[in-house]
Amino acid sequence: MNDNASISWQLATVKDIRVENATVKTFTLSLSHWVAHLAGQYYDIRLTAPDGYQAQRSYSVASEPGQVGEIQLTIENLAEGEVSSFMHEVVEIGDQLEVRGPIGKYFVWQPKRKEPLLLVGGGSGVVPLMAILRHRAAVGAMNYTKLLYSVRSPEHLIYAEELRKMQQEGERLAIHLTYTRSIPEQWAGYQRRVDRAILEELLHTYPETPLAYLCGPDSFVEQVAVHLVNIGLPTASILTERFGPSGS
Amino acid sequence: MDNPFFTRGFLGKKRDQLADRLPPGQYKEEDFPVLSAGPTPAISLEEWRFTIRGLVNASKTWDWQEFQALPSMSFTKDIHCVTKWSKLDTHWQGVSIDTLLSYVEISPKALFVKAYCYGGYTTNIPLADLTQEKAFIAYQFEGQPLAAEHGGPARLVVPHLYFWKSAKWIQGLQLMDQNRPGFWENFGYHMYGDPWKEQRYQGD
Repeated sequence: MNDNASISWQLATVKDIRVENATVKTFTLSLSHWVAHLAGQYYDIRLTAPDGYQAQRSYSVASEPGQVGEIQLTIENLAEGEVSSFMHEVVEIGDQLEVRGPIGKYFVWQPKRKEPLLLVGGGSGVVPLMAILRHRAAVGAMNYTKLLYSVRSPEHLIYAEELRKMQQEGERLAIHLTYTRSIPEQWAGYQRRVDRAILEELLHTYPETPLAYLCGPDSFVEQVAVHLVNIGLPTASILTERFGPSGS
Repeated sequence: MDNPFFTRGFLGKKRDQLADRLPPGQYKEEDFPVLSAGPTPAISLEEWRFTIRGLVNASKTWDWQEFQALPSMSFTKDIHCVTKWSKLDTHWQGVSIDTLLSYVEISPKALFVKAYCYGGYTTNIPLADLTQEKAFIAYQFEGQPLAAEHGGPARLVVPHLYFWKSAKWIQGLQLMDQNRPGFWENFGYHMYGDPWKEQRYQGD
């Protein structure tokens, strides 16, 4: 907040590309000038054509800050996405990319915050929430925490295996999924869009007022925020990060 | 970066026909995305007030009816969000800041403005960037009352700066002698925010 240093563009090398599902990949980038980010922050990627034309987009960091020298960006391939489609269709391991960050000092979680956490993600909005969960686990934070992750179908899940493991091993942590379109067989969990009843049910067990982090498409975040305000959460405890109309 | 860098395999085929109307790093968006740090405040027209205060001879406050009675103008503007989208030819109806400032006597010391909002949001803008029909308080968008998620009942619109300067849910303008950072400016965003100079973050 008090530093006036500029956030400079730097070259990153693509170290790994992991396929998360049919439309989502995670890119591990080695940075020449790495600094530890805060969970929830993002990086800008800038693509430059031979004639000088440039395109930029912002992507939340998925990895936790303890992963020294590199960051992971989880990127959904949007049909009209100029940068996301390039990342999915052209970028290979070993390529260099211009990036800058970390950016954004508001939608962040730091271990010094001891409040319980309510993380609500829609579609790829789960990405910065995953950074928070990974950071929380890495530092052994004991904040009472729930993730509510709304996703169209099991095929659209990101981080499914890691979330399952977190649920088993994590302390004071609960992962809740809700499927909005197609539901796996023998599914006993939520199977509708996030509504007031789901949120009230989840909030019921909190020992004190949580910090709520909401991330996802505009309409998703808008609706969840309104429900939380109506339930009585102070507006200052509700942090939102929204992206375009596409998504869940 | 000193050496020009080109991204392997990137030709920019999806660039827009209207690319010359887009500041560097921006793309054209047809929708109207919503960006805000927290929940959308609900403000009734009965409780709504707009105030000019600070370095003026006397504060001036309008209620909704009085504000609607002010001479309004329509504006067609391109808007540019720091999150990279731009929206071209947006149509607004509202009251120009010049009109509002004509109701007060401004101290010569007033050089900057803090726009302050319902919900607690603030942003800072040089006074000169709000005058001469460069900025207005809008209450209609595309012929309809401005929706709450887009800043309704009324928002500041300063189209020549990144759109976080166009404060939603505007409550008033405070004239100041010094440039004090507002909400996003305190979180690392640029103090001025000229999209054509790509002043997104501190140090840009």
